[in-house]
Amino acid sequence: MTNEELKVSVSALYPAITFDETGEFLNAISSVAEFRSVMKTLRHNKELEFDFLFCLTCIDWKTHLMMVYHLMSKTHKHVLVLKVKLDDTKDPQIESVADIWKTAIFHEREVFDLFGVNFKNHPDMRRILLDESWDGFPLRKNYVDENMISI
Amino acid sequence: MSLLGAPEVTEDGEFIINIGPQHPSTHGVLHLKVWLDGEMIKKVQPHLGYIHRSIEKMSESLSYRNFIFATSRMDYLSAHINNEACALTVEKGLQIEAPPRAQVIRIIMAELTRLSSHQLWWGCTGLDLGAVSPFFFAFREREAIMEIMEETCGARLTQNYMVPGGVMYDIHPNFQNRVKTVLKQIKENFKEYDQLLTGNVIFEGRTKGVGYLSPEDAISYGCTGPTARGSGVSCDIRKWFPYDGYEKVQFEEILGTGGDCYSRYMVRMAEMKQSVYIIEQLIDNIPEGDFQAKTKNVIKLPKGEFYQRVETARGELGVYIVSDGAASPYRIKYRSPNFSNLSALEHMATGAKIGDLVAIMATIDLVIPDVDR
Repeated sequence: MTNEELKVSVSALYPAITFDETGEFLNAISSVAEFRSVMKTLRHNKELEFDFLFCLTCIDWKTHLMMVYHLMSKTHKHVLVLKVKLDDTKDPQIESVADIWKTAIFHEREVFDLFGVNFKNHPDMRRILLDESWDGFPLRKNYVDENMISI
Repeated sequence: MSLLGAPEVTEDGEFIINIGPQHPSTHGVLHLKVWLDGEMIKKVQPHLGYIHRSIEKMSESLSYRNFIFATSRMDYLSAHINNEACALTVEKGLQIEAPPRAQVIRIIMAELTRLSSHQLWWGCTGLDLGAVSPFFFAFREREAIMEIMEETCGARLTQNYMVPGGVMYDIHPNFQNRVKTVLKQIKENFKEYDQLLTGNVIFEGRTKGVGYLSPEDAISYGCTGPTARGSGVSCDIRKWFPYDGYEKVQFEEILGTGGDCYSRYMVRMAEMKQSVYIIEQLIDNIPEGDFQAKTKNVIKLPKGEFYQRVETARGELGVYIVSDGAASPYRIKYRSPNFSNLSALEHMATGAKIGDLVAIMATIDLVIPDVDR
């Protein structure tokens, strides 16, 4: 499917989703409430069938956090980037997708570790790279480490 | 966790043993916690982060020219290809393309890197499974490739040769001759590789039917590279999303059928031959001209998001740059192949014997600094 066709089929299923076409891929922005159902549809709908979650990350925009999911369909060969805005930076929460794509088990743990986003219903929500006793979330823009030296 | 004396035992009578972080079969500082019922693996839990340097955070304060050097330290066996991925992302942001000469040099260098990486893997796989000789045979040609790298790039392992817009210097005058000599030697030595390991009864016994990964699971776990192709999943970025002129060269995407350790082994062995074939097509046809496109001293990417993926020796490396228009990236994410490949380890190893864990680890071909970043 081309980006334009993707846009039509996704917005037919979820009219609330907004789109951004400035980048290389088609960006779809979903709300937190609808997120889980959108992801399930993207994976299981026969026309969309996004079976490969090739990148999962988060961006700290200071006022809010943005979850970014890069999805690709191996059968239809199209790519969609799904974004979800998390307004609560103190205790950000989002549903886990680890049961839909198993690669999310590790990637969500990484986002939890470095950004402090809590994934609800994740099978094993622990820090992955840093020590359990680590204080703070290093990839947040407001993270300060007194041992850090700038060159 | 008891370090000395009796091992930890769960209520069900399962032994818990720790492999690593300092263990030869983990090829780096990876710690595996294994639950065992006799010899049978009940559960494996990888503990990572022993070599986490937060390259993503470091890159946020480095310029678009400087952040590339850090990626040589991720997957150090595919350093060239990592650098290439970053250079391509910056080029995508600047909307420029490397000149034809630079593109061809990049492909040759990337394929030499893939060859040397697979050779090291071949040697180490033999070593892990109890065959010592392959290690020395593998290092013989690998050394010759390293010398070519040293002559042109000035470094053997962390070359830092790819820059935004092309390559840093032109190739050394000896480059073409030396590559041709090495390729000739490598092609002869492939026969020895097969004699030593591929047809070996013990090796086949240790790898055939071991560590099965179904195509569906390979996609679900985000596996890429030879790990996924061993299960028959087509995922070669060089074919799917060609970059740097890969669409102009002829080669085959190697797909296995077994999904076991032996299948992954055979995929890598065949890939080495394809790499040789790619270099042979290009080595006498390096176009004349510039080796670097003109770029400004201080590179600033326009506001936006840029994603570039390349095929490293281990799978799909994705570089995701979010720019706010400044001279350094606002956020950078490396989607490293090993991180995703490692996540499938538990699935593959559960139900296998403890000795098979080493074979599975060897054929996933992990490089730990790429997992931890």
